[in-house]
Amino acid sequence: MTSRLLSYVTLTLVLIFLLGPFVIIVAAALSGGETLAFPPQGLSLKWVMKVFEVESFRASFALSMFLAIFGTLAALVLGVPVAYAASRYRLPFGETIRTIVSAPIIVPGIIVGLALLRYLVIPLDVSVGLALFIAHTALILPYAVRVVSASLDNLRSDIEEAAVILGSSRVATFFRIVLPNIQSGILAAFILGFVTSFNQVPVSLFLSGPGVRTLPIDMIWYMEITYDPSVAALAALLAFLSISIVFLAERFLGFSRYV
Amino acid sequence: MSDETYLDLSDLTLAYGKTVAVESLNLSIRKGELIALLGPSGCGKTTTMRAITGLLRPASGKITLDGADITYVPANKRHVGLVFQSYALFPHLTVFENVAFGLRLKKLPTVEINQRVEAGLAMVGLGKFHSRKPAELSGGQQQRVALARSLVMEPKVLLLDEPLSNLDARLRLEMRTELQRVQRESGVTMVFVTHDQNEALALADRIVVMKEGAIEQVGSPEDVYNRPRSRFVADFVGFENIFAVKDGKIVTDNGAVDLAGASAVNAPGLAWRPHMVTLGEGRFEGEVLGAAFAGGSREYLLKSPLGPIKAEMDASAPAFEPGSTVAFDLPPERAAVLERM
Repeated sequence: MTSRLLSYVTLTLVLIFLLGPFVIIVAAALSGGETLAFPPQGLSLKWVMKVFEVESFRASFALSMFLAIFGTLAALVLGVPVAYAASRYRLPFGETIRTIVSAPIIVPGIIVGLALLRYLVIPLDVSVGLALFIAHTALILPYAVRVVSASLDNLRSDIEEAAVILGSSRVATFFRIVLPNIQSGILAAFILGFVTSFNQVPVSLFLSGPGVRTLPIDMIWYMEITYDPSVAALAALLAFLSISIVFLAERFLGFSRYV
Repeated sequence: MSDETYLDLSDLTLAYGKTVAVESLNLSIRKGELIALLGPSGCGKTTTMRAITGLLRPASGKITLDGADITYVPANKRHVGLVFQSYALFPHLTVFENVAFGLRLKKLPTVEINQRVEAGLAMVGLGKFHSRKPAELSGGQQQRVALARSLVMEPKVLLLDEPLSNLDARLRLEMRTELQRVQRESGVTMVFVTHDQNEALALADRIVVMKEGAIEQVGSPEDVYNRPRSRFVADFVGFENIFAVKDGKIVTDNGAVDLAGASAVNAPGLAWRPHMVTLGEGRFEGEVLGAAFAGGSREYLLKSPLGPIKAEMDASAPAFEPGSTVAFDLPPERAAVLERM
């Protein structure tokens, strides 16, 4: 009986720890007051509405969307062949390749950001936008490779041989047989990559320049100047966006099988 | 069936990296023949089959099909069909599209594709299933789809990898009959791989017994069953009493034993099936260690001066009790004469 009570208490504490910040942010977003505060002073939707009026939020939202969508697509274009090669062929440096591809997960984002800034943006005079695109692609790549690998491992390789014997070339077999059978894995990788990129802070922090800021970085900048609840409102909106994407993915794809 | 060689494997050596799986194999197959490659796992039968399909490039040797050298022709241009042991159906395509896959690649007119797919599915008795996905079919049905998918391509040779091993006993018998019927109706040259001697005996026109990457014996089912040429084949097809012969005497655990009549045989070995052993009379005596009723017959294990002997008698004959001593004989005139031990 006591152990049961204990597990309920633990569960409650864990839930408070996980959901608490979210509840506080949502409450702060609905505040009627002028500063970011909890508990909120009165209830109002005015800060939620203000989010859509801030010019820099619109620009940074567009940039973040662009990076999340095209960075993830680029990572998939690079990552799917890597995953395929790793699962179907015994590569001479297979383990090394795997480690290198996973490096961005292990190496702290701050280091990646600093390295890109110091050795790419500054010496080569690469535009900040391009550097951000490269950085996000590299960060998403390990996730893309992993998730796609998982669904390739579930696909029998003899169906590819069957297709070849029926007259299909190796390349056509990949597009006609392999791709259609791993499409839910690819979609799962896309969603994971999208969310990862969209929420990315440390790397983007180093690679922001005048007028080029991703949404999370822009929110930090905004807060340093204007301490009003619109940042909380925006955070709440983004949280809802992420949650609904993942919820839909789980519902229709069985997302947790891949991650 | 003509007498001319249709598929010819000549001096074929196959290897995975540095491991040689099949060495200097020679085999000629006639058009319309049904050939079984029989042997235990690791004997090279599947490797040989993969070489015929083109999935494995030979280390050396030559493969000729219908007069053309196909040794280095890629798998997708060979006109050879393969039914996988796992069936390897495309999970995202319907039954119809699975069967149509190869025909669509050939860019045939839609009308012809539809006709050939319908005919193929009808031939394997799956006419009503074309909009199903493979996951919605039973194992036996999946196999039929795989068979139809290969047959509609009208391959010059159809290879089947362990075609019956994934089916339960009842389905296996049904599919066996089915395969024979399909082969008769289509006239396609078939080569199937199996480790089950009963399957090979029941289905094949000729059996190729393989061991450790080489052919042990090629012959009709009767040949292989009644006249095994080596110890390995004899053992594989159920000769359970096998003895080496030296100077006209059989070699046993207790020294050489003269077997009157055996001296006439100038061969390295003799082998008897359990039912070829005479029980109840004879020159030798043995103690019954075990007896088992097997429906139509009784099987005995004897301990004798010749070593352990397996014998079998009609169930209608009087039974011998375990522990009792019984006379027996190995009649040389009934034995299979082995050329290699």
